[in-house]
Amino acid sequence: MPAPTTTYTRKTPGGRRITEPALVRWGLTAIALAFLALFLALPLAAVFSQAFEKGFAVYLAAIREPDTLSSVKLTLITAAVAVPLNLVFGVMASWAIAKFSFPGKNLLITLIDLPFSVSPVISGLIYVLIFGRQGWLGPFLEAHDIRIVFAVPGIILATIFVTFPFIARELIPLMESQGKDEEEAALVLGASGLQTFFRVTFPNIKWGIIYGVILCNARAMGEFGAVSVVSGHIRGSTNTVPLHVEILYNEYNYTAAFAVASLLAFLALVTLMIKTIAEWKVREQLE
Amino acid sequence: MPIRKIITFLAALSLAVTTALPAFAAGDVTLLNVSYDPTRELYQDVNTAFAQHWQKKTGQKVTVKQSHGGSGKQARAVIDGLDADVVTLALAYDIDAIADKGLIKPGWQKELPHNSSPYTSTIVFLVRKGNPKKIKNWDDLVKPGVSVITPNPKTSGGARWNYLAAWAFAKHQPGGNDTKAREFVQRLYKNVPVLDSGARGSTNTFVQRGLGDVLLAWENEAFLAINELGPDKFEIVTPSESILAEPPITIVDKVVDKKGTRKVAEEYLKFLYSDEGQKIAAKHYYRPTSKKVATKLAKVKLYTIDQVFGGWRSAQKTHFADGGVFDQITGATK
Amino acid sequence: MKFIKHNNVLPGFGPTMGYTLLYLSLIVLIPLSALVFKTAGLSWHDFISTVTEPRVLASYRITFGAALAAAGINAVFGVLVAWVLVRYPFPGRRLVDALVDLPFALPTAVAGITLATVYSANGWIGKHLEPHGIKVAFTPLGIIIAMTFIGLPFVVRTVQPVIEELDAEIEEAAACLGANRWQTFRRVLFPLLTPSVLTGFALAFARGVGEYGSIIFIAGNMPMVSEITPLIIITKLEQYDYQGATAVATVMLVASFLMLLVINLLQRWSRRYAG
Repeated sequence: MPAPTTTYTRKTPGGRRITEPALVRWGLTAIALAFLALFLALPLAAVFSQAFEKGFAVYLAAIREPDTLSSVKLTLITAAVAVPLNLVFGVMASWAIAKFSFPGKNLLITLIDLPFSVSPVISGLIYVLIFGRQGWLGPFLEAHDIRIVFAVPGIILATIFVTFPFIARELIPLMESQGKDEEEAALVLGASGLQTFFRVTFPNIKWGIIYGVILCNARAMGEFGAVSVVSGHIRGSTNTVPLHVEILYNEYNYTAAFAVASLLAFLALVTLMIKTIAEWKVREQLE
Repeated sequence: MPIRKIITFLAALSLAVTTALPAFAAGDVTLLNVSYDPTRELYQDVNTAFAQHWQKKTGQKVTVKQSHGGSGKQARAVIDGLDADVVTLALAYDIDAIADKGLIKPGWQKELPHNSSPYTSTIVFLVRKGNPKKIKNWDDLVKPGVSVITPNPKTSGGARWNYLAAWAFAKHQPGGNDTKAREFVQRLYKNVPVLDSGARGSTNTFVQRGLGDVLLAWENEAFLAINELGPDKFEIVTPSESILAEPPITIVDKVVDKKGTRKVAEEYLKFLYSDEGQKIAAKHYYRPTSKKVATKLAKVKLYTIDQVFGGWRSAQKTHFADGGVFDQITGATK
Repeated sequence: MKFIKHNNVLPGFGPTMGYTLLYLSLIVLIPLSALVFKTAGLSWHDFISTVTEPRVLASYRITFGAALAAAGINAVFGVLVAWVLVRYPFPGRRLVDALVDLPFALPTAVAGITLATVYSANGWIGKHLEPHGIKVAFTPLGIIIAMTFIGLPFVVRTVQPVIEELDAEIEEAAACLGANRWQTFRRVLFPLLTPSVLTGFALAFARGVGEYGSIIFIAGNMPMVSEITPLIIITKLEQYDYQGATAVATVMLVASFLMLLVINLLQRWSRRYAG
């Protein structure tokens, strides 16, 4: 599976024989760390350093501004709808794909992966082509006074599209690798289908689900390009946090922009911490 | 089974969230003004003043919501379904595009005085303090070694004004014609190292990244940048002549008729022509059209698009469409 | 793969498959088909001339070229990072491991603004490169930097588990047969890693090609020089040329689809290869 692959069976590095000379070891470690510092740590440090440039009070004021709070609310709502929907889909799809064999499986998996490599510009545009005033359903929606694009439903749809593959692709390889012996045994012993899923399959995949939900959630809250196309940018009502960051930046309000951005960076860090704990638990479970 | 409870909870939550969204208090009225980038600060003040004005007049509470972005992008959003009561965009061409789709009555530009532009602006230069490259006029921009910052005319309305202003200057020089103007503009864009997608992006490049010797900007943007980012770092140079930028405003007929907001929307636009509205525009460094309101802005010889280019549609087609003059001078065409 | 092939006794194939296809169609397939239908309004001749304009062709070269370069950088350094993270214990390893996923979680616009801040001529890194004549921000190099940033986790996260799964006995056997470390790596370990490196490379590449938000802040966006294909789409929309925009978008869509199909076949091949 082309997935940001999980590391369920990692062994402790200490238990392994290291055969390179110390010099090579430290040399390679130094190069790797320098690369990561250049590409990951420095940009992250830049976000926080600019956010706190004018002190903590200014930082706090920027975050408590009503427009910022409303953007945070919208972002939370969007994630709260998009993530559960993709979770249900992910579980269903991985059950059908991992536990059964059928023709066209590769094609189906590729189609599920597709949103991942579609340019965010395109993912926003397609919903405008369908739900926009000039779109396929435009006249119908207009007649019934239903708003999809340039309103909250459009933002949610675009977010669902962008985060669509995350949970499914996390679960499919995991469930494939676990086979179906346990489920079959449960069925033979008289359990119903749902009982089998909740009592047998679910405990086996629950950390995979958590991992997928975390990544999906992080991406849902951070999506910029696709949401920007369908948002309408109405201040205080259809701006998500990433869009609000751009607006603040464009108002020459750099400190506030980075303060709000630091919220997202902070969220990213928390996400990564929870993910690390999840992985750690998985390893514990396997050993 | 806790997981079932979680799923039920999440389902209930998403349902509650989607149903609770469209909640409005009765009696109040909300307008949506879809505008372009540089007017954020202007309309913040206008909206507050107008809310007071309307409440005094009718006792009704009005909230004007704002949406800002690139002028073309905003026009497209309105075409595709953003419910704007009024649009206040950078160029008539973008409003024409909305009118072409039947959302605005044809002939909209004659509805209000001064080609439906309550305030005007022009293009000036923002240079670094002390003007180290001695930039005084348009012909200084094409000198070798001068680095010019301007956004991409294909994505930014403001950038189109910049381009056309330079073209008009070259054409008005002794012996000037379209061929000379084209050469002039081509040399100008040779000096441009970055084409940001919008006017604000260019200002950020010039100010934050320290790139370039001169920024071509809306007059009001240049003043705002100086006030916001430090009078000790930049100064404004007004060229000998420039283009008269008329950002037009109008009502989106189809939306106001459906929402029943025509009256308040019309009043909102008229308010921009009132003394109070004109004063706010002047305060934000726009040029008021009313003679009664004083302006501190320097006098410049200004030409209109109609005089030099025969209107926006023709300017757009000749210069900025795919395969047009801008594509030709940047080598982007066969 | 432990996939047992015999008559399946597990229930629920019908409903789960039905739901999967329904949801997939509603969210992905039908909306994407709108793109193709909108493009179909163009004649074949117009379509070809739209997607082969010199400016559009230049943008393909820049986008695909930069994505290729970025994926290449990530393939080299990503493998190194994965190797170090798995094999060499050092203080703060957990933290560094977690940091690798940052580009997944950080919004692209924030990433773009931040990278421009760090790499522009007056930024933390840019000011040290500028005196040496190296310009990063607002050049094609900036595009590569942004694509490298967003693509890094893909390579690390695909290669990492494979390195973890490597059997120590293979290396020991190679050592017993007289191979030194470098020979062992080149002749024994590298072939085992190749399929996952290729997958990571292809994923990073596909992601880089579609990226927009972070790149426009750092690219410079000069026609023919540093203008990426997604920006061309935006430019066409700006001229109210929906069909032109969807035509270019369709080309990109087909490219991404083929790319993913190849990745999935690679995956299958790598699994067979790994036994």
